[in-house]
Amino acid sequence: MATATVASDLAKLLADGENTIIKGWLTALQKTGDGRISTQEVESQARDLLRALTKAVSDGATDVESHSFNDVRAILEGFSRSRALQGFSPSETATFVFSIKEPLFEQIRSKIKNAETIAEQTWAVTQLIDKLGLFTIEAFQRTREELIARQREEIEELSTPVVKLWDGVLALPLIGTLDSARTQVVMQNLLESIVREGAEIAILDITGVPTVDTLVAQHLLKTISAARLMGADCIISGIRPQIAQTIVQLGVQLNVVSKATLADAFAMALTRTGRKVTRIKTQASNGGTAPPAAE
Amino acid sequence: MDNIPILKIGSALLVTIQVDMHDQLATRLQEDLTTMIVKSHARGVLIDISALEIVDSFIGRMLANIASLSRLLDADTVVVGMRPEVAITLVELGLGLPGVKTALNAERGLTMIGGVSGGTEDDEDDDD
Amino acid sequence: MTTEIVPIKTGEDVVRVRQKVRVRATEAGLSLVDQTKLITAASELARNTLDYGKGGEARIETLAAPRKGVRIAFCDKGPGIPDVQLALKDGYTSGNGLGHGLGGARRLVDDFDIKTVVGEGTTVTIARWKR
Repeated sequence: MATATVASDLAKLLADGENTIIKGWLTALQKTGDGRISTQEVESQARDLLRALTKAVSDGATDVESHSFNDVRAILEGFSRSRALQGFSPSETATFVFSIKEPLFEQIRSKIKNAETIAEQTWAVTQLIDKLGLFTIEAFQRTREELIARQREEIEELSTPVVKLWDGVLALPLIGTLDSARTQVVMQNLLESIVREGAEIAILDITGVPTVDTLVAQHLLKTISAARLMGADCIISGIRPQIAQTIVQLGVQLNVVSKATLADAFAMALTRTGRKVTRIKTQASNGGTAPPAAE
Repeated sequence: MDNIPILKIGSALLVTIQVDMHDQLATRLQEDLTTMIVKSHARGVLIDISALEIVDSFIGRMLANIASLSRLLDADTVVVGMRPEVAITLVELGLGLPGVKTALNAERGLTMIGGVSGGTEDDEDDDD
Repeated sequence: MTTEIVPIKTGEDVVRVRQKVRVRATEAGLSLVDQTKLITAASELARNTLDYGKGGEARIETLAAPRKGVRIAFCDKGPGIPDVQLALKDGYTSGNGLGHGLGGARRLVDDFDIKTVVGEGTTVTIARWKR
């Protein structure tokens, strides 16, 4: 670990040699860069980082987690976040930080005469930059994970639409696997729709659900119970033969009316809410093309 | 210590629960309801819980009690306006509200009370 | 992470516990459904403390790591629970809300811990985290 004097020497090096270091840094970056970010932007980011770094080191601090390094960490956090969102790789992002080593070592060699001091400073710089590089990578990871979580939420939202089939009749076509997290979303969507539409009947269509195990069955049961508690009733449709077998084998009691198809369930829902569908009698038109006789 | 107001709507009584209920209030409500059901020959009791953000086993027991009392006095009980998050929580809690009918709102609830016809008028539009 | 201590001696205290948990849960950013579950569990346990534990207190704290959350400990110096397993088992299918309500409360929270000694008292600790 560098001592305070090494730190303040380093600070002086950084402050005095700012332009040289930036120039060297940008050259190194251009060798590895791919032009996605404009040179001006890179230069301004490099300068901000170097200045914050100089200030932190001049406080005599060597611990990157310490208060003095707050600005440095903030800059790196923002930097890696934006790189992550733009689709850069972790290496590309960290390279921005690691590339400062070369110009810094150059600066050390040219400004310091004493061999031992050169070694000390080089070591201090290496430790510092390595830690900052690792910090950058971790910040990058965090952003990526947040992004993935947010995308997963959006997919869950999109894949659980609630359809109003008629006044008071809702359909919930479930597609894909039903895990715990998804079921929560599904349940909430359905219940909120029931309130919003004033639905009396909700049809849960599971034609698109590949397998039903005990957990899925429990989730369905909970959804149905909750809907009932609120005053709406449920019909399940689309249970395929294999799924029917699985449910019986599991010994699960799905205490709800089940219809083979969504159409059947809809017909039942209409009846239950006091409606029926009748054929309109066609009237013979005066001249012109007479419609074919209704069969 | 206030009482919960009980309104008469046709042949039904309507109770709207808006405050956090504690023991004395709950007991008083049950007593008042019992008296009023007999006095007004009510055929049903509507309990509006749309203002309740939380329904725990205490409230659940109270609702079930009211349902039992009403039943003995030949009246139906319908709980209306349960919020989705409350329904989800009650299911998880394992509270089934036995003997309690439920409906989305007071209007629907009224149609469920015995003696009132479950009125769906014959709309021509429905047949489109 | 300030811990708030709420005495539980009357029915109104149960209401107070609910209100304070609501505030903490909102601050911690819990979803509406998760808040409702937590507050309902807290209500159940507060009532238990009152009815079975002969009164006690609730200790409410906001958590920050690993995620934001709320933790509440219900402590009483009551008779204690002789058969914890039995108390936890009640009510799922019968659903009539009798008994201690512990099993139900456990299902509503992420973390559930119970320490009880017959003749000395009971402490039930629950917690819910922001997803």
